[in-house]
Amino acid sequence: MKITGMDENALPTGTLMQGKRGLIMGLANDKSLAWGIARALHAQGAELAFSYQGEALAKRVKPLAESLGSDFLLECDVADMDALDTAFETLAARWPKIDFIVHAIGFSDKSELRGKYVDTSLENFLMTMNISAYSLVAVTKRAAPLMTEGGSVLTLTYYGAEKVVPHYNVMGVAKAALETSVKYLANDLGPDNIRVNGISAGPIKTLAASGIGDFRYILKWNELNAPMRRNVTIDDVGGSALYLLSDLASGVTGETHHVDCGYHVVGMKQEDAPDIALS
Amino acid sequence: MSDTEERVKKIVVEHLGVEADKVTMDASFIDDLGADSLDIVELVMAFEEEFGVEIPDDAAEKITTVGDAVKYIEEHKG
Repeated sequence: MKITGMDENALPTGTLMQGKRGLIMGLANDKSLAWGIARALHAQGAELAFSYQGEALAKRVKPLAESLGSDFLLECDVADMDALDTAFETLAARWPKIDFIVHAIGFSDKSELRGKYVDTSLENFLMTMNISAYSLVAVTKRAAPLMTEGGSVLTLTYYGAEKVVPHYNVMGVAKAALETSVKYLANDLGPDNIRVNGISAGPIKTLAASGIGDFRYILKWNELNAPMRRNVTIDDVGGSALYLLSDLASGVTGETHHVDCGYHVVGMKQEDAPDIALS
Repeated sequence: MSDTEERVKKIVVEHLGVEADKVTMDASFIDDLGADSLDIVELVMAFEEEFGVEIPDDAAEKITTVGDAVKYIEEHKG
């Protein structure tokens, strides 16, 4: 497998994460936001473990982990509480203390990520909420006891939690639950110096995004209408994640931080943005 | 071999890590080249990036062989 985006020189190197260890959950391939985050952390000295679900993802995660000097891979289905217990026991056996968790996990039936939200089935609603929102709670519950010297938990969300974005549907509702979970978890764990934050990233063409209807249109719209007139990259997300996971953000918790080239502040189409058609 | 065919085959070889001589026009991604469903999505994304074409889901579902991909790209590239 060819790994792209491996120009280490392009990443700020340093010692911000020296001596810190953490688990990256939800890396799929070299287009993943989790990859941008893992690279940024690695370039600052972090030691990384990776969790994946199933063999198809294992074979993708392994070479990426190796390229960052990690042989620590854990299989974990976040919808299975026993599997989560086992994964964290395995993690703790090798690393009794951890400093951070990156939760980059979401899932929904892609047939419901198009069309109308009103047509969402109960079954898919519950599954989407379980894997995309509750899993952060379940993961944080198990990670917190290992964060004996404080820690930082980071999840990934999207503007579709705050405002209606066509086709995002039930995933928007799950992301709203996720963002609110960030606040409640931050409050629960604040006394233990464990911080919990989310990054609301602009749209990026990833494996996960390929399930969203008319995703190219969403990308194009953001590029034309964001204040910075471009889409974000996984390295933009990596840089902000590095801040939130390092001690630079030692006083920041309960926050949903937008890494979207400013799109969330815009109220209408930019005057210079052309009308675009669905293709 | 057309330029499109050559570039498609190069992407397939790199992505799936298979021998170049196995990547024939009638080779099936899944049955002959060992691709899984995520590979298909990744390959389609790689083709879109390489050729600047858009391959919608319903078209992607019909691309099962190397030749299907070459044909679709040749018919739709700008």
